[in-house]
Amino acid sequence: MMYAINIYGEVGVFDNLPQARQEDLMSGHRALQEKLGARGDYVSVKLMPPSAAVTVNPAPTPDQDPLIVDGPFAETKESFLGFYAAEFDDLEDALAHARMISSPIARLEVRPIDWAGGVISTQ
Amino acid sequence: MTDWLEASFAAQRPKALAALTRYFRDVDTAEDAFSEACVKALAVWPKDGRPRDPFAWLLTAARNSGLDKLRKAQRHRRLLAQHPLDLEPAEIMMPDPDELRDDVLRLLFMCCHPALDRPDQIALALKIVAGLSVVEIARGFLIKPKTMEQRITRAKKKITSNPVAFETPSPEERGRRLGEVSLMVYLMFNEGWSTSGGDVQIRPTLCREAIRLARLLAELFPSMGEQSALLSLLLLQFSRRDGRLDDAGILVAFEDQDRSKWHRAEIAEGRAWLLKSQRISHQGPYVIQAAIAAEHARAPTADELDWPLIAAHYAALYAVQPNPVVKLNQIAADAKVKGPEYALRQLEPLAETLKDYRWFYTMRAAFLTDTGEAKAAILAYNTALGLNPTEPERVVIKSKIADLEKT
Repeated sequence: MMYAINIYGEVGVFDNLPQARQEDLMSGHRALQEKLGARGDYVSVKLMPPSAAVTVNPAPTPDQDPLIVDGPFAETKESFLGFYAAEFDDLEDALAHARMISSPIARLEVRPIDWAGGVISTQ
Repeated sequence: MTDWLEASFAAQRPKALAALTRYFRDVDTAEDAFSEACVKALAVWPKDGRPRDPFAWLLTAARNSGLDKLRKAQRHRRLLAQHPLDLEPAEIMMPDPDELRDDVLRLLFMCCHPALDRPDQIALALKIVAGLSVVEIARGFLIKPKTMEQRITRAKKKITSNPVAFETPSPEERGRRLGEVSLMVYLMFNEGWSTSGGDVQIRPTLCREAIRLARLLAELFPSMGEQSALLSLLLLQFSRRDGRLDDAGILVAFEDQDRSKWHRAEIAEGRAWLLKSQRISHQGPYVIQAAIAAEHARAPTADELDWPLIAAHYAALYAVQPNPVVKLNQIAADAKVKGPEYALRQLEPLAETLKDYRWFYTMRAAFLTDTGEAKAAILAYNTALGLNPTEPERVVIKSKIADLEKT
């Protein structure tokens, strides 16, 4: 079963953490990536802050162009910061992996994947 | 746990303090109220869990604690008389996004008070908006905490004796404030990036805080291309911090830097912000400078730089910012395409205006070296040495002279 581990949190908090705490967080992510990598293919995405986004809203009428707005889709307390996607044995297994990157500054959503395709990397 | 919470408070601080300053019409009251709210959160959140909206929680707690103090304190009678406040706290205090945007801009603009000289404006912004301690700020400016404390106290007095209006600004006034504040952020970064004189070449605290403020402006004003571009420019510049000095602490010329030391994540983000700002305009000074920085970051090696493009960017920058230092940079880019003789001729008209600018002489010396005029080059380098270079610069200039004397 494929699951996505979606990460939500308050923007900017990570940057304000002391170096040591940032390291703690990153080591959790590194451990998860190593573990997933050893088991097979996985996707890991860290997004830039939502304010860097541009939103494409649907065209008001069919004969018009979509509306482009210079800003994120929604101003919310918690933002979508990134996600993992991989094959897991079952829900328990996915939750166990999500626990590896749990921290006081993030809420994790483990959601089943309906369809996945493509291969991307910034490396 | 405390670390995580404090990181969250730091992220909320600029906006919270801005809203509280408008509410109380007084920066000191706002600062005290916010600190009290944080203390309260430290006690309550670990026990009851984080509130759904931490910002609204902090703001409400701060407002209530501030009001409490106002009611009690004798010394605030005058303030109360001037600005009658609703002393009955409503459930939640939450300014609307437009109001909040003007609040943050106003608070930053208050720090840019014309009665203050630039370093004091920057110090005040670091203290009030960024929430740095006096010790941290003093370290950033390389002065004693005691001295910094006095300077901040004096600066605060000046801004309160001549306050900025709390009404919603007109679009023109908003634009003016945004320009002033952006310039202050830009200069805060420069203050950290290269100091004039002294032996330290970069003070990362100032650079990081400038980036944080630029990020705040870009987030609050998404349709203003120049603010996105300013953030882009600072990120691209800062990405090179580890390449600027070699292991011996000697300044490495831009083109000779080890590009593997440049931080890829910041380059990527800087580029993303540049692309976003260019959707709005290609004309502003920050967007042009960011485009130049992005071209430098793009090229895998210095040989692969698109010098005609860089020269064109500088020409465009000179059109909007006709200052001799920009011209100097344009000449440096032109020299790569048209050769050192051409560049030397272009430098001539700037000689008088830039006679106290050390980079004028180092550049002239480099062109003279290229055309084989060693004696004249040495003379120019010596002039630069007399114009208060930083210690790392001095080392580079001396080694250039030594090389020339060998030939």
